[in-house]
Amino acid sequence: MTSTHKVKPGVAGLVVPVGMLGLGFPEESVARGIALGADAIAVDAGSTDSGPSYLATGTAKTTEEAVTRDLRILIVAGKAAGIPVIVGSCGTSGTDDGVDWVAAQVERIAREERLRLRVARIYSEQNPDRLRAKLREGRIVPLEPAGPLDEATLLRCQRIVGLMGHEPIAEAVANGAEVVLAGRATDAAVLSAVPLLLGCPPGPAWHAAKTAECGGLCTTDPLAAGVHVEIDATGFTIESLDPATSCTPTSVAAHMLYENADPFRAREPAGTLDTSAATYAALDGRRVRVEGARFEAAEPHTMKLEGAAVAGYRTIALAGIRDPEVLASIGTWAATLERFLVDGVERVLGLGPGSYRLELRCYGWNAVLGELDPDPGRPREVGALLVVSAPEQATANKIAKYANPYLLHLPLPGVDHLPSYAFMSSPAEIPCGAVHEFVLQHAVELEAPDELVRTELAEL
Amino acid sequence: MSPAARRVGDLATLVRSKNAGPFWLTLDIFCGSDEVYDTLAADGVVTAERVAALYRVDPASVRVFRLADLRVIKVSFPRPVPQGAPGERDMHAGQQHVPLARLELPA
Repeated sequence: MTSTHKVKPGVAGLVVPVGMLGLGFPEESVARGIALGADAIAVDAGSTDSGPSYLATGTAKTTEEAVTRDLRILIVAGKAAGIPVIVGSCGTSGTDDGVDWVAAQVERIAREERLRLRVARIYSEQNPDRLRAKLREGRIVPLEPAGPLDEATLLRCQRIVGLMGHEPIAEAVANGAEVVLAGRATDAAVLSAVPLLLGCPPGPAWHAAKTAECGGLCTTDPLAAGVHVEIDATGFTIESLDPATSCTPTSVAAHMLYENADPFRAREPAGTLDTSAATYAALDGRRVRVEGARFEAAEPHTMKLEGAAVAGYRTIALAGIRDPEVLASIGTWAATLERFLVDGVERVLGLGPGSYRLELRCYGWNAVLGELDPDPGRPREVGALLVVSAPEQATANKIAKYANPYLLHLPLPGVDHLPSYAFMSSPAEIPCGAVHEFVLQHAVELEAPDELVRTELAEL
Repeated sequence: MSPAARRVGDLATLVRSKNAGPFWLTLDIFCGSDEVYDTLAADGVVTAERVAALYRVDPASVRVFRLADLRVIKVSFPRPVPQGAPGERDMHAGQQHVPLARLELPA
């Protein structure tokens, strides 16, 4: 934090402009947040929520233009106010490539806006050999519902990241970084780093961070704008950055439910946040005061690992069905086709059912819930999506090609003519490339909080 | 509340589902009033066994939380398919609330 910015000991203000960098926010909301008193702008840029492919391939789910737009507003505002801008989980999955992707945008913004910036990159992608050594030392532990890790699983991963805690981020700020670009980090670590650096107690700091991590999601209008939080010795106060939007005790408290398996306890690298004794009180119609959370420090610190591996290769084909007679017996039709294809693939292609996976998903009927659907009813139209996955793309393509005429023409049992369904495209089969899966649900015990991260500080 | 309402979703103001990380699924029932909360949080309505039967998972893996202050019942269990793996039907698990909303209240 530069000399233009005055710090109150033990009190920290944070602007959290949006739940994910690149999602967009009103430009004036940032100025409003800074005017409320801010020691940092903090924003998360990633998640596992979009699925394993972004991690496996090291690519972002966001478009560069949208990320640059958000970054430019934050960096210009942060520089003018003399407060750091902290971005966590750069490039969606927080790989090294993700950090460098965001860093290249920051360099371009600095050049275009003629700003001198001190930028920290904190990398948290993990070397599998180093993790294998940790595994052999017994320092990698499973997290529910996973079992113990084996080396083969570790080595299958295309990429592995570790979720960093607040310490390396706080250290970068302490070393004068004006922009901190963190690889994979817990959402809350990105927000708690500066409050903890400024001496706020961990209970309020972590609870504020956990509450504000998704920006406006803890308000009555999640799309309106982000939030401002002020953390002090006994708790925190939160309000929306949109004057027409409110935080209510319910909207704030309910955020601990969102995407958390346990609504009271959240594990972080440095310990566990326990909100079971927290109280939420309206200060007025827009602001909420929160007190009472505790943070139980843990030894040793841990770093949760995320790893994505190739699970096979996929080919799809889509047939639209509108004929009411077929739709009236769509379950019979789908089961007949699946059975027919499995038999034929074995007979003609010599591939047994265990060597690939074939599913027929009837969108418009029960594709989303499958056998769990309580009431699939009778559909008006169905998109019958053939999904084939196999160990090689060529095999998946071959099975889909074999299936093509039957997906196009298979009649209901007992029907004496050959219908044709509505293919979406030609070629009908669409190779989709690799299917990825998350395979790590484990944490590594650390000798020190920064053991498995690498920080590079540069002047632009 | 209509006297004919007999399912969780008829009484609750919102039933929602979402991933809680790649390996867990979590469902929230927002009751909206103390009366509905008391009805849905009562013994035998939302139980690990009933949820396990709906979703065809191991009852021992189902966690049920009752949050009286928020009038919320929360249910979490490991995802039957890890997120994105072959067999995935709902990447964000955002549509998995429907069976729970259709759960009938015991007579």
